Parts: sequence; structure tokens; C-alpha cells
Amino acid sequence: MSEPTLEFEDLKLAYMVRGTAREVLRGVSFAIQAGEAYGLVGESGCGKSTAAYAAIRSLPRNARVLSGAVRLAGRDVLSLKKNELRDLRANTVSMVYQDPSQALNPTIRVGPQLIESFTVMGVDKHEALKRSTAILHKVQIADPDVVMDRFPHQLSGGMQQRVVIAMALACDPKLLILDEPTTGLDVTVEAEVLDLIRNIRTEYGTSVLFISHNLSVVRSICDKVGVLYAGKLVEEGSAQNVFEHAVHPYTIGLLKCLPTHGLRKDAQRLSTIPGFLPSLGADLPTCVFVERCSFADETCTTEVPLWRSLGTSSVRCHHAEKVAGSPAENEIAGVSVEINRKIKPILELVNVSKSFHQGGQSFKAVQDVSLSLYAGETLGLVGESGSGKTTLAHTLLGLHAADAGGKILCDGKELLPGRRRRTLEQIRAIQIVFQNPDSALNRRRSVRKIITRTLRHLARVTPEEIESRLRSVIAAVRLTEGHLDMRPGQLSGGLKQRVAIARAYAGQPRVMVCDEPTSSLDVSVQAAILNLLADIQRESNTSYLFISHDLRVVRYLSDRIAVLYLGRIMEVGPAERVFDGPHHPYTEALLSAVTSTTGSTTSRIKLEGEIPSSMSPPSGCVFHTRCPRRLEGDICSTVEPPLMATPDGGVMRCHIPFEKLGGRV
Amino acid sequence: MTSETQPIAKTPSQEMRSQLLRSKTFLLGNLGVAFWAICAIAPGLIVNRDPAEQNLIKKWTHPFTDGFVLGTDRSGRDVLSRAIYGAREIMFIAPAATILGVVVGVMLGLMMGYLGRVVDDILSRIIEALISLPVILVALLALTVLDAGRATIIGVIGFLFAPLIARTVRAAVLAERNLDYVRCAELSGENSLYVMFVEILPNIFGPIIVEFTVRLGYAVFTMAGLSFIGFGTQPGSPDWGRTIFDERTSLLSNVWWPSIIPAIALASLVVSINLIADAIQGVVDK
Repeated sequence: MSEPTLEFEDLKLAYMVRGTAREVLRGVSFAIQAGEAYGLVGESGCGKSTAAYAAIRSLPRNARVLSGAVRLAGRDVLSLKKNELRDLRANTVSMVYQDPSQALNPTIRVGPQLIESFTVMGVDKHEALKRSTAILHKVQIADPDVVMDRFPHQLSGGMQQRVVIAMALACDPKLLILDEPTTGLDVTVEAEVLDLIRNIRTEYGTSVLFISHNLSVVRSICDKVGVLYAGKLVEEGSAQNVFEHAVHPYTIGLLKCLPTHGLRKDAQRLSTIPGFLPSLGADLPTCVFVERCSFADETCTTEVPLWRSLGTSSVRCHHAEKVAGSPAENEIAGVSVEINRKIKPILELVNVSKSFHQGGQSFKAVQDVSLSLYAGETLGLVGESGSGKTTLAHTLLGLHAADAGGKILCDGKELLPGRRRRTLEQIRAIQIVFQNPDSALNRRRSVRKIITRTLRHLARVTPEEIESRLRSVIAAVRLTEGHLDMRPGQLSGGLKQRVAIARAYAGQPRVMVCDEPTSSLDVSVQAAILNLLADIQRESNTSYLFISHDLRVVRYLSDRIAVLYLGRIMEVGPAERVFDGPHHPYTEALLSAVTSTTGSTTSRIKLEGEIPSSMSPPSGCVFHTRCPRRLEGDICSTVEPPLMATPDGGVMRCHIPFEKLGGRV
Repeated sequence: MTSETQPIAKTPSQEMRSQLLRSKTFLLGNLGVAFWAICAIAPGLIVNRDPAEQNLIKKWTHPFTDGFVLGTDRSGRDVLSRAIYGAREIMFIAPAATILGVVVGVMLGLMMGYLGRVVDDILSRIIEALISLPVILVALLALTVLDAGRATIIGVIGFLFAPLIARTVRAAVLAERNLDYVRCAELSGENSLYVMFVEILPNIFGPIIVEFTVRLGYAVFTMAGLSFIGFGTQPGSPDWGRTIFDERTSLLSNVWWPSIIPAIALASLVVSINLIADAIQGVVDK
């Protein structure tokens, strides 16, 4: 075999923090062959990105290589001179970062930015322009001239990422490093970008180093996968093997955390990985995973596990055979709760709309939404970004006032639009858990203060009872007394989200809005939070309005699901029906865009074009411009289909009769 | 589940404090300010000559002669004593004026940033109008019309600084207002005053402290400027601005010390304050 495109040889790297070296990579070795796609997975803080930056020696100033080597196209990256390194970066390797809006210069039009990536290689301007147009075609941008004339902010996230990929391809690199390239994009856009990366691989034969925390995405792109934990590779093998026959306890744990295979809260609790990732530079003399491993024994704490191959995978574990052979761990069954839909719903939305004004124009971000939520029920709210999910939630909470004409009823009583006009009791009834706990918790306040204030002010708990209520609230979110005097900055992401949940839950709300509560968390932490939410719901009979772009998460927690598109309800129905069909063409497209860890390659339904602007929504059915099942004739483009009742008690907005809508294979 | 506690990280404010204490500029600046503060509070500890004691025979004594370390001025008064005592007035008026400006500015800024809309529009216009007026001219006008005492000077400087501080605070509040904890507080039924002063204010202490130190430097300058043109201090007072004005003509006779020494004193105070401001800014912006 010829020499690998990228090779890490026992790389040990540390960050200097106040004079002490904290090890981030503890001896990482792997190789990417020509044309191969290698996925590096692991939770945040395990050293994935550091490894990527080490490959092009673009490391922060306090990074020190302790030992080992990195070879890129046969050259020792760590010992190159400055100009050689520049040359290497210009011609041999390219990198695509997570956030395309930050990778592009906001003040320069796309064209000049793209042309520059050719001219730096010495191509003359005229030729560079020609090649730029060509490369935009390659990344499936239909009208390059129009795109090149735009500023980055005038393009959607998906388009921006294509442009960034086009720039990365400009030098026809031997290695393309992709650092979480689809995180933060909608599922539909993610699927397109992944398709594009696949095409590029077949066309250019480029080697790819793909960094992601999303296992399913890695599964769908990569040939080979390395699982990184605390700066050490713990398992490596072909993507198929690693995902289907994982042998390292950590890999198995990660895979089991995911709510896959249509798993639901009443059927099974999600498995979690107990404990925390060791902190940067922690002393880990033997197995790096030993503290969180359920298989660990004497040997694990005394002997360093060697890197050995086991069948087709390589693994760093003493007990890999035992682990691989052990039956599925005792799965804890969930508890199913009967939801009584005969009584009055807790929350009712009747024709709720919300318009915004911008530049003298007004547009409806949410239009005529009617929903109901029953006691103890979870209603999932899904849709691409810009579909009005969060606007609807904020309108419901009264963070901004709904338009006149609609009604929001809580416990049968009408809520006035806007929180300022609601009574404390009404405000208390509906609470929210935000996506990002860093933003949702006041960083200057201790956990105790945050919860106590809510208890005292919102829940009107008497001073004598405060202590006992505080204890019961933190017990409910599985925090300990030791956490009470900490500030949010001292807690990990998962613990912070627990505090945010505790704050929302402290006032014993009837309805809790969960706005993407797990999307900023690692999968193992996500599993614990989802279990927690299910527990709280069962114990307190709280109703959830659960917003998420991750359809598997929505499916796990939701009893019923509402699908929004351009602020309008497309369908509402029981979770099983919405997922298994018959479903609305839009839902069908959303579902088919989801990549899965099982690697089943069902043909994906492509959504053409971009989500239209709600400033000028399409005529007729708002989805007709992108609908893959648009009917012949012009009924779809002229007549807006009414919401029709479905046999299961839901509604559907489509001209195609319910029985003829698609089901899932 | 999560019964284990995590390794405890420092809170951001602890981290800032320890960074500041390790910063040389911060320590140097504090040393300078502390020195002038001692001079202002207990000048007798540093020098024992009366700054007002005249001795016309010893007029314009050179430094390091006859026991006058920094020489004497046109009336034979000790330049060193006058420089030390000169800190008194300025070290009281400048901080007082700055505190007044910060208190008013923070209140305005919080209201503009948090309440927004009409409140913001109206206050912003007024503030822009005020900022466009030259500080020294407004001060002159006010001091001419009103009684030119300490209180007036403090009031005038504070009043002129408040709009500038308000604008900085407003910008900081706008960034905070978009964070979800403000939303959370609103959804706990907290009123605007609580959200502004209890939730948001502690989170913008950083920029406020930076603004305070920067404005303090300006206040010292403004105050010195006013006394240079004869406002706020009595003739014969050892105040730096006043002394520089009184003694500036001696420069023509090659007698530099009576005017340059207070100028150096003034500069050292302003530089010290700015060193502190720089250090804090560096830590806050990180």
C-alpha cells in the first residue's frame, strides 16, 4: 500500500495552563489512506478538534507537542518551516469549519472570496473566475453568477456551507478536514451537504478527516471510524463494524444513548453513561475510561490496556471479548401513562397568529395555529428553522403578544396576550426550558439563589417551607446539595440544564415548553436529560410542548406531534402515526432526511429549493413550491388546503386524500 | 446518576480577580492612585511644611537647596508641600463627580437598554444632544451662572459624564437583554426594576468599572482644567491646575519647577488611573 495521506503517530499534545501542561491528546495514532474517509467521533472535550488542528499545525499558542509525529502527504507537519507549512496548507489540505457564517468574510462578496482561493495559488484572475464558476457548479449551486454577486449573509446556511466547501476544494486538496460541517444545519440541509460530500469523494478521490459528535452522520459518510475518549483512541474499525459490532464499552454506551429504532419513553428508559469525562490533563495512568465503565475490574485499574485488534476492529480494552459477548444490558422499561383526552385540555390554542413588522412590511411568523395539550401529555413541535416553532412558543408564554383574533386558553380560562397583562398565577402555569443553559441561567447567581427566587416569588412559598421545597426540587432533577452553592460556570452542560429544568419546574407549572433542551448537549448527557424529563412528567403530570429539530428525540418523548411549515400547521397526530405514516409530504421529506446509525440507505426524498420567506409566502399550499408530491393541475398552487380531520383524531393539511398519503417502509 | 460532583472550576469573577492581581500595570496603577489618596487624606504624613507658608526672601529657591527638596515658588512656598497638598481637592472632587456620573449613567443606560422603544428613543436623542456640547463650555456656563463651589463642580462634571456612561451601559444591557435568563426572570413575574437592577446589573459590572476608571481619568483632567482657568478653587490654593496657572509665567525666567512639578503630579495621577483602566479592560474584554 502506498503511504497514507495523513498519519498520526503516537501524538501527545498538551495545553499549557498557568505553567502546567494539561494533556489533551494522550498518544493518538491513526492513518488515513488515499481516498479514504475517516471519522473521528467522541463527546465534546475528548480532543477531536485538537487532533484536526494538529493535522495542519494550526494550534493555539499555549499548545505543546510532547511527543509523536504527524505526517501529511509524507511530510512531517510538526517540523516544517513557516513557508513550507504555508505551502502545505495552500496546496495539500483544506479545512471546513462548523459555522459557515463565521468562515466567510461578511464584508466581501462571495465571488471575490472564492476567486482569492485560486489566486493565492498563482492562477491569474481571468482563469480564477472561470474556475470559481465551475467549482460552484460542482457543489451543486445552480446559478453561480448570482451567488458570487451576493454577500455571505444573503445566503442560507446550507448555501454558505457549500461555498465554504467550494473554497476548500479550490486547491484540489489531498486531504479535506471537516470539523462538524453539518452541526447547526437543518436535517434537510444536512442531508444535502452530506450528499455533496459523498459526491466530492467519488469525484475527486479526496481523503477526508471527518470530525463529528453525530454518530449517524459519521456512519453515513465514513469508511473507517476512530472513537476518541479523553485524548486516546479507544476503538477503531470500519464504520460498519464499529457501529454494528462495537466492542469497547464506551462506544457501546454512546450508541445505546441514542433514542433509535422508534424508541419511546413508555417502552424503555434510555441508557446513559454514568459519570463525567475526565478533566483536561487529569492523571489517567491506566485505562482512560475505567471510572465510568461497568465492566471495570482490578486489572483495569492496574494495567494499561494495549491497542490490539479484535476481529476486524482494533480496541483498547482488557475485556473487549467479554463486552462484545455480553448480552444487551438489562434495559429498564419505561412506564406508560394513560392520557385522558376526554376531559378538557390544559392548554388550548385557537387560531393563534403572530406577525412581525420589518422595514414597513408585516409578515406572519405564525398563522392560525390551533392546538391542544392535555394533562401529562407531550406534544412535539417539529419543522425546519424558520418554521415558527420558537415564535409560537414565545407567543404562548406571552414573551410577545399574539395578534388579535386568536385565543390562548389555559385551564379553560383565556390568557391575555403578553405576559405583562397576565396574573402571576397564569405566568406560573406555563414555563420554559431554553436550549442553551449558559444563556438561560444568570451567571452571577448560585444555583440556590436561582431556584429559591423562583420558589419565593413565583410559587409564593413561605420562608419556613423554602428549604424543604428547595430540597425536593433539586432531588427531582437529580442534583445534590453540593451543587447548590455553585455558580452556573462551575457546572457541566448537563448539570446546568438540570438547573434550568429545576427553575422551570420549581413553580409547579401546568405546561413546560422545552425549546431544544438537549441540542447543545452530548448524546450521553442528552439521554440522561430525556430520562429526567420523562420522570418529571410521570411524577407531576406536567404537560410538555417539546420543540426539537432532532426527530428521534421528539419521537422518544412525544405522545402527539405537530408539524409546522412557514408558521402553519401541516399536520397533527399521534406520534406513531406521524412517524410511521400515512404522513404529510413535508413530514415524509423531513423523516427521510434523517440519517441513521444502522446505515439503512432508504432513498431520500429531496426537498427542492429553500424554505420560502414568510414575507412572501407561496400562494395556495405554502409547501407546494418544494413538495415532491405536488398534484397535477394547479390546485396546489392556487387553493390552500384546509385542515382535515384524520381518523386518529389529528389534522392534516394536504389536497391528497389521507389514505393515499405515503407510509414509511 | 449525577451524584458525583465535578471538579470545581473558578467562577468568572474569581478568575478575573486573580488575573488582575497578576497584572503588573494594575498593581503599578494602584500604587500611584494609593499614593495620591494618602496625600489627599493625610498630607501631613508625607511632608511637614505648610504649603501656604510664604517666605519672600527664599523666592524661587532651586530644588535641593536650603532643605527645599523641590524648591520654592514665586512667594517662597515649598513646591513639594504644595504638590502633595494639591491632591486634596482633586482627589475628592474627581471621584465624587465620577460616582455621580456613573450612578446617573447606569440608571439611564439600564432604562434605555432594557425598556427600549419609546424610552430609548427619547433618552437617546437627549443624550446625543448633550454629548455634542463641549464639556468645558457647558462647565464654564454653569459655573458662571451658579455659585462656583465644590458641589457645583461635582454636579456639572457628573452631569456631563452621565450621558457618555449611559451609552456604554446601554450597549452592555442590549447584549444582556438578549440572553435567556432575562426571559426566565420575566417569566417568573419579576418586575422591570428587579430585572434591571438585580438580574442584569451584576452582569455588567465589568464594563461599568472600566467606564468608571476611564471617566475618573477624564474627571481629573476636567477638574484641573477648570481650576486652571480659575474656577472651583480659591486663589493661593495648592491645587495643581491653579498652581500651574499661577506659576506658568515663571517658565519665562527659566524657573520651571513651580509649574512643572504640579504638572508631573497631575500626569502621574492620570496615568495611574489609566493603567488601572487598561488592566481592567483587558481582563473584562477577554
